[in-house]
Amino acid sequence: MEKLSQEQVEHVARLARLALREEEKAIFAEQLGQILAYAAKIRELDLANVEPTAHVLGLTNVTRPDEVRPSLSQEEVLQNGPEVQDGYFRVPRIVEEG
Amino acid sequence: MALAGNVSKGVDLSRWEIVIGLEIHVELLTDSKVFCGCATDFGGEPNTRVCPVCLGLPGSLPVLNAKALEYAVKTGLALGCEIAPFSKFDRKNYFYPDLPKAYQISQYDLPLCRHGHLDIEVNGEKRRIGITRVHLEEETGKSLHAGTSIVDSPYTLLDYNRAGIPLVEIVTEPDLRSPEEARIFLEELKRVVEFAGVSDVKMEEGSLRCDANISVRPRGETRLGTKTEVKNMNSFRAVQRALEYEAARQVAVLESGGRIEQETRHWDEAAGVTRGMRSKEQAHDYRYFPEPDLVPIVLTPEQIEKWRQELPELPAARRERLMREYGLPPYDAEILTTSRKLADFFEEAARQFPDPKMVSNWVMGELLRLLKAEGKELDQVNVTPARLVGLLQLIRAGTISGATAKEVFEEMFRTGQEAAAIVERRGLQQISDEETIRQLVQKAIAANPEAVESYRKGKEKAIGALVGQVMRETRGKANPQLVNRLLLEALGKPGQ
Ligand SMILES: [Zn+2]
Repeated sequence: MEKLSQEQVEHVARLARLALREEEKAIFAEQLGQILAYAAKIRELDLANVEPTAHVLGLTNVTRPDEVRPSLSQEEVLQNGPEVQDGYFRVPRIVEEG
Repeated sequence: MALAGNVSKGVDLSRWEIVIGLEIHVELLTDSKVFCGCATDFGGEPNTRVCPVCLGLPGSLPVLNAKALEYAVKTGLALGCEIAPFSKFDRKNYFYPDLPKAYQISQYDLPLCRHGHLDIEVNGEKRRIGITRVHLEEETGKSLHAGTSIVDSPYTLLDYNRAGIPLVEIVTEPDLRSPEEARIFLEELKRVVEFAGVSDVKMEEGSLRCDANISVRPRGETRLGTKTEVKNMNSFRAVQRALEYEAARQVAVLESGGRIEQETRHWDEAAGVTRGMRSKEQAHDYRYFPEPDLVPIVLTPEQIEKWRQELPELPAARRERLMREYGLPPYDAEILTTSRKLADFFEEAARQFPDPKMVSNWVMGELLRLLKAEGKELDQVNVTPARLVGLLQLIRAGTISGATAKEVFEEMFRTGQEAAAIVERRGLQQISDEETIRQLVQKAIAANPEAVESYRKGKEKAIGALVGQVMRETRGKANPQLVNRLLLEALGKPGQ
């Protein structure tokens, strides 16, 4: 069973904005490796004539007409915001990471 | 090529080929957002057009707006694309608070439209620019940065009114070969999208935006050079300027033995330069995966064909027809097709008037001049095609002179009154009655013996004083040709 490398775990954690302790990194390297190995089992099948699954429901073309419906009030919209100001959500300054 | 900024001074671009690809975002003209029923109107108090769906609250579910799907496909059809029989949505995951869900619903590997093209004309040469893909996604919210720039602002304010407005992303092939060509392409694209009726493409309201990928390579080289992505250009003119600067910058770097960093650069309009974001080099990892909350889209050939039939005449075809049907010169056809409304206005007027070139002159001249001066759109003013025709008929019948007509047009533009009513009320009818003018001519001759004397001695220009007197007497309403003719009749040939 393949283990993930320390770097791969750190990269995935970074993408998910998770701060992991060193011992957690080791645990996840193991567990994520197991999950990937499990998913990799599908490669053992011959899927040459099988369409990739885009959705599990099997439905298509679920749409609604272009009609305006009431929105929430500004008060309702902002009520869960940890910080708000002048009708806006307020967040720490955004730093582009590239 | 005009070059901006210091870095590009003295750079010789002739040995280099510029390669440009564009990525354009266009907001679609639906009443409600793409996955919820919130209104899409511009402006409004912040965070008042927001609901659990576009706020990404747990338990809410998006449902696709049928009109947004139709408009996205029509955009593709207008750009000559193949429409995918099977398409789906994907989540583009990123942590940036312009969308509250921490992902954008977009399309990744199965976009609605692919393999299109748009033909443009650059310096008399026809160029076909490939369209890689057109896909449907959701608009982001608006971030306001306190402080002077994104870098030194202590915090960011967020308004989600725009979040979830339907957006098409149009990606071109790297087929553009100059910054000017990029600008011309955008102008034509804007017309196509507007004619197709899928967007109002108001750049000042951000409903059309453009990012550019640009690289340079020595002429004759077939491999592409390292590209940079240029962002933050707020007008077509800015796109051209930014790309001119960036091409020259890249050439200067390469010619001095340096190498191009693959990076995102921001255009600084005031300084006329592009600046690197100084960001950590790290490839974006959006971890796209199929959007489980939306089911795939299957389009039948019949449905696609129906939408194709519904597309109105596009700008290139319309230009051709205006020249063919109304005998207009290419220049007129070009100007009149800058927007569908303008072309419609012209045609409606031209159908009611026997001289299409005269209609075209008035539309391109006085109408556009006043619209520009007032900063207004055609549908915000009171002039209708029928009212313009009313005015032109008065000129044609000799009721008013061309000069008076401009005055009447301005009043009509402001008040929406009929030309005839304005002329009647202000008593602007041209005096074309021979007897009346003959009397005025006699009066002018009697009152200006000196002018008459010098005219008779051969000074032809002296007649101007006499014409002037008649025009003054009639407050400019005398038919000038008639005044001239009667004066000449009364005075005889000069020198006699
Ligand atoms: Zn909503």
